[in-house]
Amino acid sequence: MSSRRIFARPARFAAIAPYLWMMLFFLVPFAFVLKISLSQTAIAQPPYDPVFDLTAGWEALKTALAALSIDNFRLLISDDIYVFAYVRSLTVAVTATALLLLIGYPIAYGMARLPRSWQAVAMVLVIVPFWTSFLIRIYAWINILQHDGLLNQILLALHLVSQPVVWLSTDSAMYIGIVYSYLPFMILPLYATLAKMEPALEEAAGDLGAPPWQVFWLVTFPLSLPGVGAGVLLCFIPIVGEFVIPDLLAGSNALMIGQTLWLEFFTNKDWPVASAAAIVLLVVLLVPLLLYERLQKRQLEQGR
Amino acid sequence: MTDELPKTNAATGAADAAAAGQPLLRIEGVAKSFGTFRAVDGVSLDIKAGEFFALLGPSGCGKTTLLRMLAGFEAPDEGRILLGGEDIAQALPHERPVNMMFQNYALFPHLSVRDNIAFGLKRAGMARADIATRVAEMVALVKLEGLEKRKPDQLSGGQRQRVALARALARRPQLLLLDEPLAALDKKLRESTQAELMELQRRLGTTFVIVTHDQEEAMTMASRIGVMKAGKLAQVARPRELYEAPRSRWIAEFVGDVNVFEGEFKLRDGHRLVIATRDAGTLVTAEPREPVGETKLSVAIRPEKVKLSRRGPVSEAGREMAINSLDGVIADICYLGGTTTYKVKLDAGGTVQASVVNSARLDVDAYSVNQNVVAWFTPDDCVVLQS
Repeated sequence: MSSRRIFARPARFAAIAPYLWMMLFFLVPFAFVLKISLSQTAIAQPPYDPVFDLTAGWEALKTALAALSIDNFRLLISDDIYVFAYVRSLTVAVTATALLLLIGYPIAYGMARLPRSWQAVAMVLVIVPFWTSFLIRIYAWINILQHDGLLNQILLALHLVSQPVVWLSTDSAMYIGIVYSYLPFMILPLYATLAKMEPALEEAAGDLGAPPWQVFWLVTFPLSLPGVGAGVLLCFIPIVGEFVIPDLLAGSNALMIGQTLWLEFFTNKDWPVASAAAIVLLVVLLVPLLLYERLQKRQLEQGR
Repeated sequence: MTDELPKTNAATGAADAAAAGQPLLRIEGVAKSFGTFRAVDGVSLDIKAGEFFALLGPSGCGKTTLLRMLAGFEAPDEGRILLGGEDIAQALPHERPVNMMFQNYALFPHLSVRDNIAFGLKRAGMARADIATRVAEMVALVKLEGLEKRKPDQLSGGQRQRVALARALARRPQLLLLDEPLAALDKKLRESTQAELMELQRRLGTTFVIVTHDQEEAMTMASRIGVMKAGKLAQVARPRELYEAPRSRWIAEFVGDVNVFEGEFKLRDGHRLVIATRDAGTLVTAEPREPVGETKLSVAIRPEKVKLSRRGPVSEAGREMAINSLDGVIADICYLGGTTTYKVKLDAGGTVQASVVNSARLDVDAYSVNQNVVAWFTPDDCVVLQS
């Protein structure tokens, strides 16, 4: 009994801790942003109105609450700039995630089929880029992709092109940057599922008359779906809100929502609209997350 | 329905092979190395159609590698594998009329019982209606009715084993390979499943090749056993022959318990051999079937062939039978229920184990530790081994 009590308290704390964390670092800031998104811009410090002042008394608070409005959200819907930015963000994220899956799957598959001792080496090779600052790596890409950069030099030397190709400030450059940066996030969960898959399953499929491509489509791929789901989410969600890569590598004619948000916040000093844009982005991203969770739950119920 | 299983593939393949006077499966000088390790080292073996053949050996002896070469998961470095006269050594797994039941069953976790069994049939391009019929047939055969829609995770170990068996048999292979098929089951279930496997094999007439490290399992089920050691076939024999006439000390010790006394050839007297052993004095044995040199020899006796009595033989006939009588004292007693194993410390220096059936419920006949006894056995009970 007494030993149970000793263990009960830390256990209870351990159960609550993640919620406390979420409250403190997610829900509270979220409440601030939500409140700002319902305010109006003002030339003041802070640059929005109304400001809640709990010391000013009940009546003042009531007035402040009455001053909140959803005008910023109306603006987001009515102004093409924002709608386009969302559509572009989603398009870029879908395309880039598809590319990542196409490139990452064979790499992860190859890694999982390496001899045990080589798998660790391959793993280090995947992770090694993280040892250099992300920004430096993107600047390196600018170097590679510029007019007389490495890529053009190679293409010219191989006589694949007769003129240097314009890479910088194009979508191609942006996709190269995104795929490069996010590849480990696609490979690692895929590798994890593929590596723990029983090799006998593929052998059994072959034994039962399935040629290699059928073994892949009927057994390997369906069984790796949890890894595919995790990799897709890990890439898709941050890519939607990506700011640095499109800002440095893509042209400025079509902005992603992250760039739009940055513009509103820092250039236009319009905190309320920026906050509203952030809230909408969050809601947009919640949809695939919830879908994924429902799917996993269903799999779990079916599987066990 | 299950009684009338058509013996299409298995039976015709077998018939063709039998008609040609050939074994169904012929393994010729097959070898396979992994790096510098020679896993299978020149194995030749014929298996007839309809046989229940067991490859028996300790782990690492190459039995699984040999089986995997039959399935096509490994290609032999040397040698030929003829199935019904055709060399399949380099054929890919999906091109062979051979199916395998995997050690951990390797059931597809994302497919139902029905889809697992139908997997091979779909790959063979069978018509939908025929697949349904065949699946129902297989489900009935392994008594899994009502579980067709379950996923492997929702089945017990025994049920999973049956699904694996049904899936491997569904295509009616000429040859069914079983890799430690009962290893994952508990003892009781294993025994009943052994009986079912044998019954199934008899009914279907399919040739079974099973890999096991469990000598009792091999003895119970197989019609013939190939004992493997360090990549080579040490002996191929019927279970009884393997047990009663092992070809080497290693085989004798691997298959069951045995007392072994090392010694030297002394003289030959008609059909008898006299061997002077170091630990059990002079022993008289029957002349072995295969001639042995007049050098160092070992005498092996199974514990259940060693009889115990309180005093030596009195009559002339008794003396003749108990020509090998060893005086000693009971050193250790191991009660096993059906039998009791006595360890007897011999006056000559060695120890001998005697396994005695507990035929009476009350232990009026039982010996106690430190009691003086005579351990005896006939010349025919001795196996002479070249050391």
